[in-house]
This record gives sequence, structure tokens and C-alpha cells, in this order.
Amino acid sequence: MHKIIVCLKRVVDYNVRIRVKPDGSGVITEGLKMSINPFDEIALEEALRIREQGAVDEIIAVSIGPDDCQQQLRTALAMGADRAILVQTGTELEPLGAARSLLKIVEREQPELVLLGKQAIDDDCSQTGQMLAALWGRPQATFASKVEIRDQSVRVTREVDAGLEVIEVDLPAVITTDLRLNEPRYVKLPDIMKAKKKPIETLPLESLGADTAVKLRTLRHETPAPRGKGIMVKDVAELIGALRERGLSA
Amino acid sequence: MTRILVIAEHDGQHVQQSTARCLNCAVQIEAAGADVVVFAAADSTAAVEASKLSGVKRVLLVAQKEKAGSLAAVLAPQIVALAADYDCILAPSTTFGRDLLPRVAALLGLAQVTDIMAVIGPRSFKRPIYAGNAIVTVEVPEGQQVIGTVRSASFKPVGNGAEAPIEPVSVSAALPTHTRFIELQSGSSDRPDLQSAKIVLSGGRGLGSADNFKQLYALADRMGAAVGASRAAVDAGFVPNEMQVGQTGKIIAPDFYLAFGISGAIQHLTGIKDAGTIVAINKDAEAPIFEVADIGLVGDLFEAIKEISEQLR
Ligand SMILES: Cc1cc2nc3c(=O)[nH]c(=O)nc-3n(C[C@H](O)[C@H](O)[C@H](O)COP(=O)(O)OP(=O)(O)OC[C@H]3O[C@@H](n4cnc5c(N)ncnc54)[C@H](O)[C@@H]3O)c2cc1C
Ligand SMILES: Nc1ncnc2c1ncn2[C@@H]1O[C@H](COP(=O)(O)O)[C@@H](O)[C@H]1O
Repeated sequence: MHKIIVCLKRVVDYNVRIRVKPDGSGVITEGLKMSINPFDEIALEEALRIREQGAVDEIIAVSIGPDDCQQQLRTALAMGADRAILVQTGTELEPLGAARSLLKIVEREQPELVLLGKQAIDDDCSQTGQMLAALWGRPQATFASKVEIRDQSVRVTREVDAGLEVIEVDLPAVITTDLRLNEPRYVKLPDIMKAKKKPIETLPLESLGADTAVKLRTLRHETPAPRGKGIMVKDVAELIGALRERGLSA
Repeated sequence: MTRILVIAEHDGQHVQQSTARCLNCAVQIEAAGADVVVFAAADSTAAVEASKLSGVKRVLLVAQKEKAGSLAAVLAPQIVALAADYDCILAPSTTFGRDLLPRVAALLGLAQVTDIMAVIGPRSFKRPIYAGNAIVTVEVPEGQQVIGTVRSASFKPVGNGAEAPIEPVSVSAALPTHTRFIELQSGSSDRPDLQSAKIVLSGGRGLGSADNFKQLYALADRMGAAVGASRAAVDAGFVPNEMQVGQTGKIIAPDFYLAFGISGAIQHLTGIKDAGTIVAINKDAEAPIFEVADIGLVGDLFEAIKEISEQLR
């Protein structure tokens, strides 16, 4: 393979608990720790491992978002991506808009494989990879927990509700990653220094000519209703009593 | 009237409960009910099962070649071929629906609403973001088809009703050969299904080993319960992945959820927010799971499993 594209979204770090703005117009993200979406980091790690097997020449990290995404792309370069592309936009895209924009990059770069996370942990949409595959007219292998590169195809083990499903897809293809696929490497200081020399190309979103018009109207944000206050019991007898009171008949 | 198409999820023979939950959502959007499409092999009983569900107006049966039946790349163009007759297309927000529906939406050039958790109106819905730490209300503008996946834990399954007619239909769509099904590996068990069980016992890293999980299985069998697990327990190899509960596992809503040796990370709690009663058993009184538990017991989980078994005798 010549190229793998890895799509990285900048999101609020998974350890941070977000809050809804008092007026319900959104969530407060100012000043919060931002990271590469955890699934996307796994996607990048997988690409690096494929390169280490000698199965691909070049890895390109792509992110769509504000200029601040450069931080996450720098991390990706330090992990080992060869170059990066930032598609600049100040507005949050819907998955369809993101997929249409990514398609433009894919058409330009002609990769054999595109790796994305199975979901972004901010919007939790779980759509972009499938949409990109559809628009590209290529196969999709979602929720991957094992990826085996063959000659003209990839064998992917998918985490599905019933267990593990194995499918085979012809290249080029889109794969979205699940958590158990691998454990991403840590970035070392010398790698960060080296990454400074690697190129980040920036393209304004408008220059791609993709239709990114927002289709859904977001009316309001709210905080989920909290669960009522619970009780502590001192032993199992009390526990079973409390359960029976609530209707447990076992 | 809103014309709705529900995409049935089945295992080849039986319709999954996620389909009955999806229908409940459909009926809340349109009281007159919905059509259900079943993609299945000729000898499947899935269409007959679907036809009995309450709220089904008719079942469209689209014959498939054996196992290729559940591949998104193969199903999506067939759904697109049926889409013109509908205002709204729904699928369960399971790995099946999540894989499939975005592919359909993109081919139609439409946005998708993932994880519908409440119906506000025929075009407006609530859905969770940030692992359920915020809820958004979204509206699909007039003139645009609604494409949505339905969060199973938020809707009770519909029961059986009057039998709906089954209409075999043939769709003309070019089907790709670039995607091939190889096999499904599942750690099948006789225990109740995690997503429909009334009682779920769940084990975390605190269980310590695959062997220790047997104690939980024995208690579950006695209680007629399903068994779930945290991600840490799955990652450690104690149990197979299909048992994982949480943001990246299964979202469940049993009447009773008993967590043994689970600390209560937000990604885990996302999966159990809709449970009726949450019980936490953990030796660490500071574990965050106690903040959401309805009933908490600080203590050793193995002692607790033993004593619960004895006292339920
Ligand atoms: C993007 C992302 C998605 C994730 N998705 C999920 C998900 O879907 N589901 C999920 O579960 N996690 C998920 N996680 C992982 C999550 O953050 C936690 O790491 C995980 O839930 C911890 O599992 P645990 O509670 O079993 O382990 P721990 O946090 O290690 O807790 C073990 C607990 O057991 C207790 N214990 C130990 N021994 C005993 C004993 N003998 N008796 C009583 N108590 C005992 C300890 O006090 C401790 O509280 C995700 C993480 C990320 C980053
Ligand atoms: N703005 C973006 N920039 C780069 N990649 C993205 C972007 N949005 C989504 N993705 C990719 O698509 C995946 C799924 O996102 P979503 O469909 O929003 O849940 C993410 O894990 C990323 O890999």
C-alpha cells in the first residue's frame, strides 16, 4: 500500500466532565483539556503498526476544525505520522459534512485505507466513517478489534453485539476502530522535537468545495436528570431486604 | 401522517428485541404504526415474528442470499431503493443499526439522528452527547426525511398485536461484492440476553480472574439474571467482549443492576443510567459508583456473592 489516511478529531479529553451552559445553548468547552479523540489515537496507532510491518509507505493525519487542531496534529506527527493536513473551519460540522470534506482529501490523496474512530466522544454520532465509505463507494469495516492486511484486501474482526464478526473487504476501504484494537504508544521527547520539522498543510474548508451545510437544527442542551439519592446498607441481609422492598422476586 | 420504515434486526431466524423497542419509538412518532422491512433468507421465520409485533402495518420481506444478509454495504443500497415511499427511516442503535444507517443516510444525502432517547414531536428528538453528560434536542427541518437510530434502553419493547400482512418485495439495486462475511464468533450462553434481562449482575476488575467469574454465573443462574462486565474485566480477558456494558459496550436498562467490584467510571455509568435500581458492592467506600447507586454495600464482593446465594435459598 502507498498511503493510509487517519482522521483525527480534537475533542474534550475523556477524563473531563463537561457542563451544560446555563442558557442551554451548548456545553462549556472553554479552558478544558483537549485531546485526540481516543478512538482516533487507536486508529493512528494501527496505521503505525501496519507501517512497521512494511505494509504501507506513508501515513497522513487529517483533522477538520479550528487552528488549535494543530496541537493534536503535532501529537500525531510525534507518534509517527509522516505528514498532516488541517482543514480549517470555525464551525462544527455534522458527520455528513465531515465525511464530504474528508472525501475531497481522499480523492486528492488516493489512499488504499482510511482509518477513523468508531465514534467521536463529544457528539457520540458514530457516523462519519460509514458515511465516507458510502460516498466513496467503498467497503466499510466498523468497530474493528483486529485488522489483518492481505494482498488486495483486509480481514477485519468487528466487535458486534453478538460477539466478534469477521469480514473481508477489498482495498481501498474504510475502517473504524474500537478500543481493544491496540494500545497507543506514548510520545517521547525526541519524537516531539523531530515532529517539529514535519509538514502540516492547512486548507480552508471552503477551498475543498464540499457541501457542508448544516442539516439538523439543535434546539437546546440540558443536563440529564440526576438519579435520586441512594441508601447505604450495612450487610447482605439488609441489602436483600431493600431489594425485596423494590420488588425483586428472585 | 408520517410514513415510517423500521429496519428489522434479526439473527437469521429470530427478530431481536431491539426491533420491538424501535417500534415503540415509531409508534410514538406516528400512532398509526410503521412498515417493517426484513432482509432475510427464504426459510427465515423472522418476517413472521415481525408481523406479530404491535404497531406493524405491514412487513416487507426482501429475500437475501444466505449470510450476506447483515452486511451494511449490501443492505444500504436496498434500503435506499425503498426510501422514496417514507418520511422516516428508523433502525435500532445497536452495532447492526449503527453500522448500517449512516451508510443509508449518506447515500440519500441526509443527516442522521443517532441514539434517539425521546420523541418530542414527529421531527424533534432528544439524544445524548458527551457519554450522556448532556442531552440535546434536535429537529429535522420540514421537507427532509428523518433518519434515526433508536436507543434501545430508552424504549420498552412493544408486545404482540394483530398479525400484519407480509409482502414479498423485490428491489432493484446493484449489490457490491467488495465486502464478504467470513464468520461470527460468539461465546454463546444459555443465560438471559444482557439487553433484555430484568436482572443483570455485572463484574469488574475486582473479580480478579475468569475463574472467579464462575461464582457470579452461578448466582446469576439462581436469580435468572444476565451477566455483564466492565471494560477492565473484558480487557483483562476475564470475559468475552459482548458482555461489556457502557459507552462502548452495551447500553442496558434492567430493573435491577448489581455491580460487583466496579469502580463506576463515567464510561461505565453511561451504560446503566436507565436501570431501575442500581446496587453497588465495592470494598472501597470512596468508589464513584456509590454516587449513583440506589443501594450501596461497602465490603468484599466474594463474601457478598456467597451470602446472597445463601440468603436467597
Ligand atoms: C473512550 C473510552 C470508552 C470506555 N468505555 C467503557 C465501557 O463501555 N465500559 C466500561 O466499563 N468502561 C469503559 N471504559 C473504561 C473506564 O474508563 C474504566 O477504566 C473501567 O470502567 C474500569 O473498570 P472497573 O471498574 O472494573 O475497574 P477499576 O476501576 O479498576 O475498579 C475495580 C473496583 O473493584 C473494587 N474491588 C477490588 N477487589 C474487590 C473485592 N474483593 N471486593 C469488592 N470490591 C473490590 C475496587 O475497589 C475498585 O473500585 C472506557 C474508557 C474510555 C477511555
Ligand atoms: N472534524 C473531524 N476531523 C477529523 N476527523 C473527524 C472529524 N469528525 C469526525 N471525524 C472522524 O470520524 C470519527 C467518527 O466521528 P462521529 O461520526 O462524529 O462520531 C471520529 O472518530 C474521527 O475519526
